[in-house]
Amino acid sequence: MLVLSGILVVALGFVLRFNPLLVVTAAALVTGLAAGLEPLAILAAFGKAFNDTRYVTIIYIVLPVIGILERQGLQARARGLVAAMRGATVGRLLLGYLLFRQVTAALGLTSVAGHPQTVRPLVAPMAEAAAATQGFDAEARERVKALAAGTDNIGLFFGEDIFIAIGSILLIKGTMAQYGYDIAPIHLSLWAIPTAIAALIVHGGRLLWLDRRMGRRNKARR
Amino acid sequence: MIGLGFVYAVAGATFAAFAGSAFLDRSNPKRFGTAAFHALIALSFLAGDRLGDIGNGVLVLALVALAGTGAMGRGAADGGAVNGRVHGNRLFLPALIIPLVALAGTLLRPDWIDPKQVTLVSLTLGVLAALIACYAWFRPAIAAPIDAGRQLMDGVGWAAVLPQMLAALGAVFALAGVGEVVGGLAGRAIPDGNLFMAVLVYALGMAGFTIVMGNAFAAFPVMTAAIGIPVLVRGFGGDPALIAAIGMLAGFCGTLLTPMAANFNLVPAVLLDLKDRNAVIRAQAPTAIVLLAVNILLIYFLGFRT
Repeated sequence: MLVLSGILVVALGFVLRFNPLLVVTAAALVTGLAAGLEPLAILAAFGKAFNDTRYVTIIYIVLPVIGILERQGLQARARGLVAAMRGATVGRLLLGYLLFRQVTAALGLTSVAGHPQTVRPLVAPMAEAAAATQGFDAEARERVKALAAGTDNIGLFFGEDIFIAIGSILLIKGTMAQYGYDIAPIHLSLWAIPTAIAALIVHGGRLLWLDRRMGRRNKARR
Repeated sequence: MIGLGFVYAVAGATFAAFAGSAFLDRSNPKRFGTAAFHALIALSFLAGDRLGDIGNGVLVLALVALAGTGAMGRGAADGGAVNGRVHGNRLFLPALIIPLVALAGTLLRPDWIDPKQVTLVSLTLGVLAALIACYAWFRPAIAAPIDAGRQLMDGVGWAAVLPQMLAALGAVFALAGVGEVVGGLAGRAIPDGNLFMAVLVYALGMAGFTIVMGNAFAAFPVMTAAIGIPVLVRGFGGDPALIAAIGMLAGFCGTLLTPMAANFNLVPAVLLDLKDRNAVIRAQAPTAIVLLAVNILLIYFLGFRT
């Protein structure tokens, strides 16, 4: 039971708003000591796992390209494109992006889009421009930007598992094999489809509902 | 054949350049700490495999010390010349090079790319191609893309390494046997013979442990060992493929709800200059909660048909 103290440290640290890097390090130390591990063994395990997972941090190499394109006016162009489009609404735009993200992720193309590559330079400014023409106020436009980021996550998470060679499918296969269940990845992928469809309906529905609510409010004002 | 070594060399060079740019940024009152943080990440990419496990541990402690003592800051935002009209819609082309090269590499799988790392290598090649295109077309000062990228990186700050830190915490949890204890507790929470409660504890446990760890990959082995295999598959005769696949997706619902999943939830809030750091989680929460319920019902109704 004592080894659960690390979970408590994570929860408390977050509530008390300590720096998360400090919280995670403290949680690792407390957990390791509670399990009777040597401090150096904890440090070694911590360092090894950090080194083995460097690939999650490589995405930041796109920032110089995005940065220079933004200095050339990329966000303004993205806004201009939507402003010139008739019938572009936040809901339709983000629904289209959700579908694009789910389909490409299902084909294994998870890194063609993402927060630094597409959401910040393209999708969020486009959604903001649509929000402006729909009459969203400043506070609601903040929510629209957050929704653009959330739509990217939802499209990715509930699309990628349909692809047979993605990390999570391989982890499931490996874990199940330890218990003597040899499952073909295609079988796991098939069972990701019902939730993917549900995600499209639920989140897509929320997006279109946002348009409707906005339309009604505008009518009421007139 | 090019593989992960090439990717890490490019990433290391990028962070080394960020470090240099941060060091020279006099508008940042904490430029030394910021530069040191980027330099340590560069060191990790370039020499991580030669540092040894303890050496890497010390490197992580140094990163934590810089972040935890508030030694990092951000420079004044340099808006630069925003003149989108000059370039017109052609401005989208360099931005599209990255996904197009990533797409081509993943589909064509040329034999000079390590097949296991084809996604990361293609992404890296796409970034380099786009960068070359930007230099050729806009003719910026040699350091301009680095400075522009570093300004974005200043905003991300310590959150950049949180996912790696959480993976490291997961490794210590595994070593200490936290999973077995959590699994044992969850297993005991199920009343005997109640299938719905078993499915509920399995899915909620998956989401809940993901919320704490920031990653469904940490929760999956724990809940599978505790409930998925012994109770749902062996006890109630459920379909192992369905229970595992949808169980993982229940974990993903947890990822949408937690600030610990920094790269998905906190970093975008910074990149989009949102005032509320939890705005992305708030935007996702209704979808995540409904989908968690959907996953529970899918397992319950489809998983035990035989």
